[in-house]
Amino acid sequence: MLLRHTPKEVTKRSALVINPAKTCQPIGAMYAALGIHGCLPHSHGSQGCCAYHRSALTKHYKEPISAATSSFTEGASVFGGQSNLLQAIENIFTVYEPEIIAVHTTCLSETIGDDIKQIRDKAEKQGLIPKGKHVIYANTPSYVGSHVTGFSNMVKGMTELSVSTGKKNGKVNVIPGWVEPSDMEEIKRLAALMNVPITLFPDTSGVLNGPLSGEYHMFPEGGVTVKELTEAGDAIGTLALGEWCSADAARNLDTKCKVPCKVLDIPFGLKATDRFIDALRTIAGTNVPDEITRERGQLVDMLSDTHQYYYKKKVAIYGDPDQVISMVEFLVSIDMCPMHIVTGTSGAKFEKRIKELTAHLPYEVNVKAWGDMFLLHQWIKNEPVDLLIGNTYGKYIARDEDIPFLRWGFPILDRVGHQYFPTVGYKGGLRLLEKILGLLLDRKDRDDPETVFELTL
Amino acid sequence: MATKNKLVQWTPTEVKEELLKKYPPKVARKRAQSILINEALENTTPEIQANVRTIPGIITMRGCTYAGCKGVIMGPTRDIVNIVHGPIGCSFYAWLTRRNQTDPGPDGENYMPYAFSTDMQDSDIIFGGEKKLRAAIQEAYDLFHPKGICVFATCPVGLIGDDIHAVSREMKAKFGDCNVFAFSCEGYKGVSQSAGHHIANNQVFRHLVGTEDKEREGEYKINLLGEYNIGGDGFEIDRVLQKCGITNIATFSGNSSYNQFATAHKADLSCVMCHRSINYVADMLETKYGIPWIKVNFIGAHATAKTLRKIGQYFGDKTLIDRIEAVIAEEMPAVDAAIADIRPRTEGKTAMLFVGGSRAHHYMELFGELGMKTVSTGYEFGHRDDYEGRQVIPGLKVDADSRNIEELEVEADPNNYHARKSEDEKQALTASGLEFKKYDGLIADMEKGTLIIDDLNQYEAEKLVEIIKPDLFCAGIKEKYSIQKLGIPMKQLHSYDYGGPYAGFKGAVNFYKEIDRLVNSKVWSYMKAPWQENPELSATYVWE
Repeated sequence: MLLRHTPKEVTKRSALVINPAKTCQPIGAMYAALGIHGCLPHSHGSQGCCAYHRSALTKHYKEPISAATSSFTEGASVFGGQSNLLQAIENIFTVYEPEIIAVHTTCLSETIGDDIKQIRDKAEKQGLIPKGKHVIYANTPSYVGSHVTGFSNMVKGMTELSVSTGKKNGKVNVIPGWVEPSDMEEIKRLAALMNVPITLFPDTSGVLNGPLSGEYHMFPEGGVTVKELTEAGDAIGTLALGEWCSADAARNLDTKCKVPCKVLDIPFGLKATDRFIDALRTIAGTNVPDEITRERGQLVDMLSDTHQYYYKKKVAIYGDPDQVISMVEFLVSIDMCPMHIVTGTSGAKFEKRIKELTAHLPYEVNVKAWGDMFLLHQWIKNEPVDLLIGNTYGKYIARDEDIPFLRWGFPILDRVGHQYFPTVGYKGGLRLLEKILGLLLDRKDRDDPETVFELTL
Repeated sequence: MATKNKLVQWTPTEVKEELLKKYPPKVARKRAQSILINEALENTTPEIQANVRTIPGIITMRGCTYAGCKGVIMGPTRDIVNIVHGPIGCSFYAWLTRRNQTDPGPDGENYMPYAFSTDMQDSDIIFGGEKKLRAAIQEAYDLFHPKGICVFATCPVGLIGDDIHAVSREMKAKFGDCNVFAFSCEGYKGVSQSAGHHIANNQVFRHLVGTEDKEREGEYKINLLGEYNIGGDGFEIDRVLQKCGITNIATFSGNSSYNQFATAHKADLSCVMCHRSINYVADMLETKYGIPWIKVNFIGAHATAKTLRKIGQYFGDKTLIDRIEAVIAEEMPAVDAAIADIRPRTEGKTAMLFVGGSRAHHYMELFGELGMKTVSTGYEFGHRDDYEGRQVIPGLKVDADSRNIEELEVEADPNNYHARKSEDEKQALTASGLEFKKYDGLIADMEKGTLIIDDLNQYEAEKLVEIIKPDLFCAGIKEKYSIQKLGIPMKQLHSYDYGGPYAGFKGAVNFYKEIDRLVNSKVWSYMKAPWQENPELSATYVWE
């Protein structure tokens, strides 16, 4: 047994987190910043954070992740990191020549209280920011919230670039939330099919799923441009996908530039996708083309074809709040039974939303925000499940408890595909369903006695 | 940046100039001292700047002190509960991410697949986290009853003034049957992982080594210092040692256990693999207990044979020496057969090695066995002695950034010190070629005109590859994919790309096969589509 010390009996813990279902803010900010074209993320702290965040993202994407750091020393940690950041800004623009630097902070610089805005303004006065280039920032203290909070803070930081000219440009802002480059591509495809001009930010497609061609570009073609971010202030509206990931940015645009916003769920599964498409149609005043309706029909068709295999199957799921909420809704909508649900991110709203989504189920659902995977495992020991859904770290539980395991979420360190194939939209729903079915049927094929082993399922 | 420009012959001086050209003047001056063109002198080694602060914004490969302490040295110990006192990230990123394999047996304690954290919140930053730490230690004790609990500080802990040592002392006294101690390895200390190694060495030595007095059974007792069992390296080394009849009392710290550390003072020789991370413990074991140390290298089949012979020479026992020769004779045919098969496909190819603090040197042996030339190397966080040899240590100046790393003073233990070899015996061994406390460093093994670069950064890595076009580049995960985008095969020498072992005899064969695969893969021939290789149509193609 890999997790041999996890007891079945659940005891209350008030201080010790074991096997977290979250990580810290800055990695979310780094991921978001990579969704801006020509952007170099910068970590204002000691360099270990930056190395760890780059490594984690690299292992997830199998792609280069560039980011710089202020490389605090003990001296800077006591007297402030201003000179480190000023030097960094000069060195980055000279050596790496990005269009924009997106600075985030760590628990170090937050604890000592470095004023990033003041340092940025100083850099500007000293002429360290070349003309036409930009430095944006987000405060991302690691001791508040989780990586999701950091993502949200940096996306909000992006909206500080937005300006309202008073004249609407007919475009719709879509803030996709923390989804994969493949998902962002899918959202753009759907909008294009609907003929709705959108500004998607952040947009990591083209950045974190690039080709191998013998050339390396630190700043690939993809990403939302600074110009697009500036013009986001003139959009007719904003669709924010995910309360935790995207709502703050959308509300900031509303306050700052009077761009009305609507907060939706990330479009995983049938219903959340329905709501997304419907909202996009309404806000842009267009019709949904037959092609999308057909894709939807294909998903419904597959649901009906295969319903017998997942009906009433028990599921344990952990991950980030926005993603887990949509996924739980999807599972419930196809008559699966989510039983144990954990997010490492805090928020009473999460537990409330999950309870609403599972209210009609004939059993008690275990749900915890700011929970950890140790607790989830204990729940599973007490009430076994047929499927486990979550990031790579779940493989230890899956192996010990012999549960089919769907890798979904962040990070996925031991499989590929998430960077290339979407799980949002109807197409993404088809893929999710295909993967779930594959797992359940592989298990059936493994376990069925030879006498009842079937050719056709 | 493209690699498609024509091959031009660059002199080392031109390469160095090119690397520095784009930097602001101050940065160029500083980097110039860390980029060395090797002169391959007879008796002296050229001086390189190392172990100095990182240039902000340069895109370094380096990590932090916490990583060096918790991630590297203490992480691999299976039966100690390692609690990270800090916000969640530090704990999360060190959770199973280094491939320190472990074999706890069917019922042994094994906390390796767990990450323990106090998950500090803003209220802990404001009001202090000692209370929460105390509660976390208690909860860990109640849940697991481990032999030991270690506490690791992260960046904010030092700033807010939590006294993790006092809390640990208090809890240790309270439990009575669980050793609790702490590491002040805040990420901002020192300039790299290196400071964390030193801090870990000090605390393990102070709180754990020598705490158990039970005599360990076995002949020819050694400690293997600085071997972390990445991809099973330690397993392979143990297999070979066992076959030779050599007893490994304690590995620092791959596949290690609490009791191994506690009885490390029962060994008669310390064998140092990774000099950078563990030389402090090696020195202290000698001073306090009289255990001499030698530098060894199990990376490379011939290096392994040489190391085994050194151990045989140290003990000077004919039975052991004969057995070692028999083992080498038994293991080498498989190695020779692999080399005979593979070397024709690797001969003459070039490699670059930029790895932590020791592998950039060790792996040169393996490449040598494949007939490959190492054209450029460097460490992330090596010190000058790792580059130039330990003879420079007396002249090293500790700069302001590393001054606050504790130097632990130890003296001979009144009860447990006994010199394993008398001064005369040591001198005789030295005269016959076995050198104690000696490490010549990386530069000595590099050819004239090669480039040795400390704390290589992203910009320099790209430039180097673009100019020199090696057949293989070795570094870590952060470098891997940008190098591969340039069309150059890239081998991770931290994680081994999830393969291994590469140590010992079997490991060497694994490595040969892996390098053969990498430098001869078809993948790199597919980078251009047919229409890109021949883009201009001279005539209209007519379908028949």
